[in-house]
Amino acid sequence: MMQGAYDKIPVLKIGDFLITSIQVALHDRLALGLQDDILAKIQETNAKGLIIDVTAIDVLDSFITRVLVEIAKMANIMGVKTVLVGMQPAIAITLVEFGMELTGIQTALNLEKGLELIEKIVMAEQE
Amino acid sequence: MSDAEETIPIKDEYAIVAARSAGKTISSKCGFGLVDQTRISTAISELARNILVYAVTGTVYIREVAADGKHGIEVVAEDHGPGIVNLDLAMTDGHTTGGGLGAGLPGTKRLMDEFDIISAVGEGTTVTVRKWL
Repeated sequence: MMQGAYDKIPVLKIGDFLITSIQVALHDRLALGLQDDILAKIQETNAKGLIIDVTAIDVLDSFITRVLVEIAKMANIMGVKTVLVGMQPAIAITLVEFGMELTGIQTALNLEKGLELIEKIVMAEQE
Repeated sequence: MSDAEETIPIKDEYAIVAARSAGKTISSKCGFGLVDQTRISTAISELARNILVYAVTGTVYIREVAADGKHGIEVVAEDHGPGIVNLDLAMTDGHTTGGGLGAGLPGTKRLMDEFDIISAVGEGTTVTVRKWL
């Protein structure tokens, strides 16, 4: 079964930032597991920023969207800013038409722009 | 034209992933573009999740349809759960009894061309949505 092959989504630390790239079809438990892993990693690493790459996601329903928004909120409470990167045009269209809002979550076109943005946000916080 | 059709029993969260992936495959086979495939798969994901949250089990049927010279896709989400007490309220943005966003049904309706819902308390709910090419 496909779900057996991917029990975890890796959360990588690069400098002051955590980066996670969602490359598989997200089911609920995987999304909630990612939430736990990110929060644990924040505490463990003293990261200052978090980037979630959704380039490979082809469908974002209301549950997964809510989990992503909540990850950003929880990270924020722990002092970590989140930038969501790589949103596909078809998903952006669907999210807006559906009425799902990414409240309180910063976004950037791709990973490179996301890294620039998170560096700026973190620098501004430190001043 | 070969008719594409799939029946997905909804009994756990993995079935939601299976349903939306079937939606993607069938809508692509029907000739829908990427944006419509995404709208259709998102709608299927919402309907399948409603079954799981409110009725625990049910079935999603996805099929290619043709009517009045039109050609498209039809999704039927059927359960024998508790039914919906107030349909008007369920179709209102922001209303939820399931701890979700409260955008499921009205949002799904906006993503599709046709939306029908039949629900009887104690008997169950059937939602039928269609999108035309």
